[in-house]
Amino acid sequence: MAGAGKAPVWVDLALVPLVNLAAALVVSGLVVAAVGQSPLEALEVLVTGAFGYGEAIGYTLYYTTNFIFTGLAVAVAFHAGLFNIGGEGQAYIGGLGVGLACLAFGGILPFPLMLLVAIAFGAAFGAGWAYVPGWLQAKRGSHVVITTIMFNFIAAALMTYIMVYVLIVPGQQSPESRQFDATTFLPTAKQAFAWIGVDIAASPLNLSFVVALIAAACVWVFVWHTYVGYELRVVGKSEKAAVYSGISPARHIVLAMAISGALAGLVGLNEIMGVQHRLLLNFTGGVGYVGIAVALMGRNHPFGICLAALLFGALYQGGSELAFSMPQLSKEMVVVIQGLVILFCGALEHLFRPQLERLFARPLPART
Amino acid sequence: MTATLALDSAIAPPNGGRWAIEAIGIDKWFGSVHANRDVTLRVAKGSIHGIVGENGAGKSTLMNILYGYHRADRGEIRIDGKTADIGRPADAIALGVGMVHQHFMLVENFTVLENVLLGAEGGALLADGRAKAHAELERLGRDYGLEVDPDSVIEDLPVGIQQRVEILKALYRGAETLILDEPTGVLTPQEADKLFHFLRVLRDQGKTVILITHKLREIMDVTDRVTVMRRGAVVADLATRNTSKEDLAEQMVGRKVKLGGDKAPANPGAAVLEVQDLHVADDHGKPRVRGVSFNVRAGEIVGIAGVSGNGQTELLEALGGIRPAASGHIRLKGREVETRRPGLTARVLRRMGLGHVPEDRHRMGLVHGFAAYENAVLGHQDAKRYRKGWLLDRARMVNYCGDWMKGYDVRPDNPLLEAFSFSGGNQQKLVVAREMEHTPDVLLVGQPTRGVDIGAIEFIHKRLVAMRDAGKAVLVVSVELDEIMALSDRILVMFDGRIVGEVSPETATERQLGLMMAGIAEAT
Repeated sequence: MAGAGKAPVWVDLALVPLVNLAAALVVSGLVVAAVGQSPLEALEVLVTGAFGYGEAIGYTLYYTTNFIFTGLAVAVAFHAGLFNIGGEGQAYIGGLGVGLACLAFGGILPFPLMLLVAIAFGAAFGAGWAYVPGWLQAKRGSHVVITTIMFNFIAAALMTYIMVYVLIVPGQQSPESRQFDATTFLPTAKQAFAWIGVDIAASPLNLSFVVALIAAACVWVFVWHTYVGYELRVVGKSEKAAVYSGISPARHIVLAMAISGALAGLVGLNEIMGVQHRLLLNFTGGVGYVGIAVALMGRNHPFGICLAALLFGALYQGGSELAFSMPQLSKEMVVVIQGLVILFCGALEHLFRPQLERLFARPLPART
Repeated sequence: MTATLALDSAIAPPNGGRWAIEAIGIDKWFGSVHANRDVTLRVAKGSIHGIVGENGAGKSTLMNILYGYHRADRGEIRIDGKTADIGRPADAIALGVGMVHQHFMLVENFTVLENVLLGAEGGALLADGRAKAHAELERLGRDYGLEVDPDSVIEDLPVGIQQRVEILKALYRGAETLILDEPTGVLTPQEADKLFHFLRVLRDQGKTVILITHKLREIMDVTDRVTVMRRGAVVADLATRNTSKEDLAEQMVGRKVKLGGDKAPANPGAAVLEVQDLHVADDHGKPRVRGVSFNVRAGEIVGIAGVSGNGQTELLEALGGIRPAASGHIRLKGREVETRRPGLTARVLRRMGLGHVPEDRHRMGLVHGFAAYENAVLGHQDAKRYRKGWLLDRARMVNYCGDWMKGYDVRPDNPLLEAFSFSGGNQQKLVVAREMEHTPDVLLVGQPTRGVDIGAIEFIHKRLVAMRDAGKAVLVVSVELDEIMALSDRILVMFDGRIVGEVSPETATERQLGLMMAGIAEAT
C-alpha cells in the first residue's frame, strides 16, 4: 500500500538538501565554538572566501571543475550498479594521458585540434585504467570496490616511476616533466573575458570548466536518453532482468567502468593542461575521493552533481581562506567541517526527510 | 452499498462459542485511497475463517490493522471480547495474535531454534531460553504434527518447512489466533495439502485461523466461514458449506466470471518451436532438464504441467535464451538457435519473433525503480520505433505504453508511474502486454497468473487464446492444474526433468494428471 500523502517534488530536491546543509553548518558552528572561536565570523570568512570577490569565485569554480568530472565518473558507474572508488587513480592516469599528448603534439597541432587530442588521450588513459577492474568484475567476479582501490595505489606507484625515471628533465632534482609548449595552454577565464573586453580577476579557472559542464550534459543525455544508457540502468537495477531481456551484464559493466574512468581522466585537462602546464606528482590531491561524496550528495544526477561540486568547491576555497585568516582554526578543522557536510548531506541524507515529507504532505481528502 | 451483501451471521457466535477477533466498522485511508470502508469482520474461536478478494480489495490492509502495522482511522478491534488497542505488532503478539507473512521473515543463516528464539530470547543469556525453546518446540511438534529439526539451518530447508517454522514462531509466542497471508503462493500442491492438514489440527485444538487467499479452491477445502471483500468493503460473509467457487468468484469480481472456458478448437499449423533432446543444468550444475523433446505448432497452446521444481523453470529459461543448454537443439521457426551464449541469445530470439512472459516477474520481467513506460520497452529498447536517431523517443514510448495499458486494462493507466507501484495483477498485465504487443510468433508464458486476481486471470487467459486464434504458438508453463486444463490444446506433463506424457485436456482428469505429475502413472 502507498504511504500517506506525497510531498511536493521541491521538498525532495531543494528543501531536504538545504536543511541537511544547515544542520551540517550548525554542528560545524558548535565545533568552532568549542575551540573558542566565533562560528558566525568563521562562516562569514568561509562564504566571503568562496564567493566574496572575483579571484575567490575563480578558485571556487576551478575546484568545482575537478569535482564535476569525478562526481560524474562515480555516478555513471553507480547507474550500472558499480561503486567506482578508483576515480583518484583514473584521474591520475588520465592526467598522464593529457600530459603525454601535450608533450608529443605541443607546438605541432593547432590549439583546437590539440584540445581534442588531449581530451581523447585523457579520456582514453582514464578509461583504460578503469577498464581492467571492470573486466575483472565482469569476467572474474573480482569486486570492483576492492580492485579500484588497489588500482589507485598502482597508479600512484606507476606515476612515481614514470616521473622519476622517464619524464624527469635530465639534471633536475624534482620529478617533473619539461614545460609544455605555450600553444597547448588552456585559455584561462581571465583571458577569455579579456577577448570580449571584460577584465576579471586572475585565477586558475580555465576552459576545462566549460568542458566539465558539457560532460555533465552528455552524461545526462547518455544515461536517460539513449538506449545504451537505458541498458546500463537495467544492469544496475537488476542483472536478472538484464539477462532476461537480452542485455549482457558483463559487456555493460565494462562499458560503464570505461566511461566512468574516461570522465575521471578529464581531471587532467584542468590540472595539467589548464594550470600546471607540465606533468608532476600528486596533482590529483584526493579529488577522486571527493567525487564519491559529490555524486552521493548530487543523487547521481548530473544537475545535482554540478550543484554539489559547486558546494565542495566553495568549501575547498573558503576552507583554505579560513585556515589562512583564522589561524586558530587549523587545516584539520576545515577538514572536519567538510566531513560534517559530507556526513549530513550524504550519509545522513534521510535524517530529516520523513519529518519534512510529513510536514509538507498534501492533505488527505475529507471523509465521506 | 451492494445488493449482494449477505451477512447471514447473527451478532452472536455460532454454537454458543465466543468471538476470537472482532473488527467493527474499520475505516482506513491511504492518501486518497479508501482501503477499508466500514469493514466489520467477526471470527469465531476455534474456526478457520477465510478472507477472499482481488488484489487491492483491502484484505492485507485489514490484517495489517489487526497485527498493528497500521492503525485504523476509525473503528474498534476486540480480541476475546475485550476492546484492544493495537499500535504495533508487539501489542498484537501480546494479545495472542500471530501472523505468517507471504514472504517469510526468517534469518536465512540461523537455525530453526535461533529463528524461533529471535525476539523472544527470554533473558540476556541464550542458554536458558535455548533449552526452554527446545523443549517447547518438541511439544508443539508433538501436539500439532509440526515436526521440524530445531538445529537445521533455514536456508537448507524447503519452502514448505520454512513456512512451518513461521507457524511455530507464532505458536511459541503464544498465538491463539494465526493470520496467514497468501500462504500457498510459494507452495507445491502437496505442501499446500500438508499445510491445510496442520491448520485443521490447530483448529481442532481450539486455535483460530484466519486465511487470506485469492484461491477459491483453498477456501472451499479448508475454511469454515468465508468473508468476501471487494474494493475495501465486505460484500459477503458466509458459511463455506453454503456457497460455491462460482458464487464466491462472482461476489469477488462483482460479475459472472469465465475462466478459460469456451474456446474454439485449435487449428494448428506447422511446428514453429522444435525442441530436441534438450538438457539443461541449474546454477549449481545439477541437471534439471534431462532430454526433453517436443514441438509447439502455430495456432495452438501447449501447456506444461508439473509440480514446481521438476525442471520447468530451467526449460523455460533455456528456451528464452536466459540459461545456456548443456546439449540438445532448439529450432525457432525452422532456424537453429545457438543456446550456449547466455544474455546475447535472448536478444537474438526476440528479434527472431519470440516473446517471453517470465515466471519471476519481480526479478526478471520488470525492473524495479523504472517507470511503467520504461518497463514497457524492456528487451526492445533499441527498436527503431522508440528512437529518434540516437536518442530514445520518450514521448512515443509513453504513448505506446498508455495505449497498451488501456488495451490490457492496466489500472491506473498512467505510464509514468513506477511499475512496482502497481498491484501484482496489473504488473503481470503490463508484462503480458509488452510481450504480446511486440508481435511474437512464439510466446513462452511462465506461470501466467501467479499472484494474480481472478479478474486479471480471466483477462490474461482471454488474451492468450486470442493470440492462439491469430495463428501464434503459445507455450504455457504453470503449476496450477486448473489453468493448464482451461488453456491448453495439448498438455505435456513434466516430472524429474523429463516429459512423462502427453494428454488431451478433453479426456484428462485432474486425478490422472496429478498422478503423472507425481511420477506414478503414465499417459493412457
